[in-house]
Amino acid sequence: MNKIFLIIQREFLNRVQKKSFLIATILLPLIFPTIIAVMVYVAKQQEKGAKSEVIHFVDESGLFNPDDIKRYELRRFNGNIEDAKIAFSNSDDFGLLHIPKINLSDPSGIALYTKVNPSPNDISDLESKIESQIKEAKMIKFNIDQRILDSLKTDISIRSINLSESGQEKSSDSNVLFGIGMIGGILIYIFIFVYGAQIMQGVIEEKTSKVVEVIVSSVRPFQLMLGKILGLASVGLLQFLIWIVLITSVSSLVLGYLGFDMPQQEMMNQMTTQPGYNSDFMDVMQTVNEIPVFYMVSIFIFYFLGGYLLYGALFAAVGSAVDSPAEAQQFIFPITIPMLISYFALFTFILDNPHSSISIWLSIIPFTSPIAMMGRIGFGVPPIQLIASMLCLIGGFIFTTWVASRIYRIGILMHGSKVSYKVLFKWFMMKS
Amino acid sequence: MNQLVVEHVTKRYANHTALDDVSLSVPDQSIYGLLGPNGAGKTTLIRIINQIIDANEGTILINGEKLSPHHIGQIGYLPEERGLYKKLKVGDQLIYLARLRGLSKNDALIRIKYWIEKFEIKDWWDKKVEDLSKGMAQKIQFISTVLHEPKLIILDEPFSGFDPVNANLIRDEILELREKGSTIIFSTHRMETVEELCDHIALINKSKKILEGAKKEVKAKYRTNTYMVEHKGIFSLDSEHYEHTGHRDLDDGYMETQVRIKSDRNANQLIQDLVGATEIHGFKEKIPSMNEIFILLVNGGSDE
Repeated sequence: MNKIFLIIQREFLNRVQKKSFLIATILLPLIFPTIIAVMVYVAKQQEKGAKSEVIHFVDESGLFNPDDIKRYELRRFNGNIEDAKIAFSNSDDFGLLHIPKINLSDPSGIALYTKVNPSPNDISDLESKIESQIKEAKMIKFNIDQRILDSLKTDISIRSINLSESGQEKSSDSNVLFGIGMIGGILIYIFIFVYGAQIMQGVIEEKTSKVVEVIVSSVRPFQLMLGKILGLASVGLLQFLIWIVLITSVSSLVLGYLGFDMPQQEMMNQMTTQPGYNSDFMDVMQTVNEIPVFYMVSIFIFYFLGGYLLYGALFAAVGSAVDSPAEAQQFIFPITIPMLISYFALFTFILDNPHSSISIWLSIIPFTSPIAMMGRIGFGVPPIQLIASMLCLIGGFIFTTWVASRIYRIGILMHGSKVSYKVLFKWFMMKS
Repeated sequence: MNQLVVEHVTKRYANHTALDDVSLSVPDQSIYGLLGPNGAGKTTLIRIINQIIDANEGTILINGEKLSPHHIGQIGYLPEERGLYKKLKVGDQLIYLARLRGLSKNDALIRIKYWIEKFEIKDWWDKKVEDLSKGMAQKIQFISTVLHEPKLIILDEPFSGFDPVNANLIRDEILELREKGSTIIFSTHRMETVEELCDHIALINKSKKILEGAKKEVKAKYRTNTYMVEHKGIFSLDSEHYEHTGHRDLDDGYMETQVRIKSDRNANQLIQDLVGATEIHGFKEKIPSMNEIFILLVNGGSDE
């Protein structure tokens, strides 16, 4: 046990003391807020700097009386469309809008002439502008009062409330739960891949540098394998911890510097200034507040570690069997298939339909459960399913660690042999 | 007292037997040569002693106790395929390897200090192994092998890759360690090393032990009763008792003839017979070299 701890410590220090760890740990959280900040900055600059362009219009229907839209100034051209076209082609202006005499119930023939292709946004802005003017014209024609129309319109927002068996009411906002599931699933997916690859890399390095023979004369191969896996797990946990702290603090700082309030504060402002958002915002806040943080975090850490241990052992076994990362590809592929399945399942149906039977099964099968369960957990998972899933995952990683260690103990001492699945099976069956 | 006893050890793999009922006794404070051609099973035996792999049958005793994990700290192992962590600094590396062998950090530091002063390599402490030359790395590896002051030191081809200066240095260290009480097992097929250093040997061929014993006794056993006679003038001896097994001309009319005694006559009687036949300038027994014994046994199949 003492020796496993030594190996964990060594692996931990090896990684943490590397420059690449420092760079990845510090730069990555800076990159995202920087990208966001740059985008926000550019967008703001564009908004400020954009000078309004001119769209001329020829209105033969006599219905059109627009004010300016967004970055376009609409200027009426008095004269027929042919004259307007000539005048427009000699000008530097953006476009020429032609509204022919139209039938109110079936308006057609409206055209926009431009020298460069207009963006879909510009088109739809113009369309909605014209639509609203036609609507007004129709209302006048049908003798409808705007106030009557307004009173017909009702804003509905459904609050979903979970009624638990004990009768407690919990409100939930499915967008928040969706987000939690997605982020949790993606984090686990990335972590398993990145750190699994590092385990494999480390095993291959030990094998090719031949140091492994000295090490396994001091410790059991199983201890070495487990120490490596656990050592890297601790590096991963540390890295995520640092990221979370850095991302939150840097994001707030950067956004604050650019003249935004902190996101939470901004939401708060919206709530007070725009009464329309009030109820939506309250829903979100209520859901966020009612998320049992400790419960969610513990579940996340459990699946995070369980999934990592399950796949980490397999990556170690692959590393032990080959002499170079290139050779490892053929064995890595089947390992990644259940990961990819659960990753795509997460986006295609688990998050949309967390209680379907396929979602439930994916969240119980240990090879897919770490990612699949993250997608479901926010929406409420019956305790019996959760317990089954956890037990399966524990059983799963004990199983893969056992299988992996049987291959590992032979593989690390084998050099230059051509390894196939048959050979791996032979190693697995070999008596110690 | 034997430091290491191997009893009837057999190791089978799927389609071949790597060791077939091998028994060895390695006396305390001996330098024991484990000889054999490539693929004979030496490395398998060494791995079994180091508890890297397990034997299918047989037992191994260290100092009379059955081999178990707590013996790891009493064994030092230098594999033939040398290797250290390339990215790890020399100091950290030595501490780590020593601690895996069961030393405390403080003990490890004290002993490392002793060795780096002895080898005058203090300024390597913060260097990464990948920045060292091959010879330098081998010194580090040797230090890591003996740092925990093992009773039993197993060296697999210890001199391969060393330049003569370092090889001498390591040889002196090996002799000194033996003086201090360690037992050393060499696995090698370099016979000059065996001639020079070993006092006991075992020969393994095709998974079986075919010879074991003190070097002197082995050599005595393979005496062929052949004598080298340096002389002037051709002679012939009674073919009932003697046989000429070789002849070559030396400078200035001298010759060297190999004579084997076929009967129960002894060397003195041969000399008497020679005195009458030729002018003797030199006479000595032809003692077989380890190399000759090795080749004889390996090529001629097992004699025992």
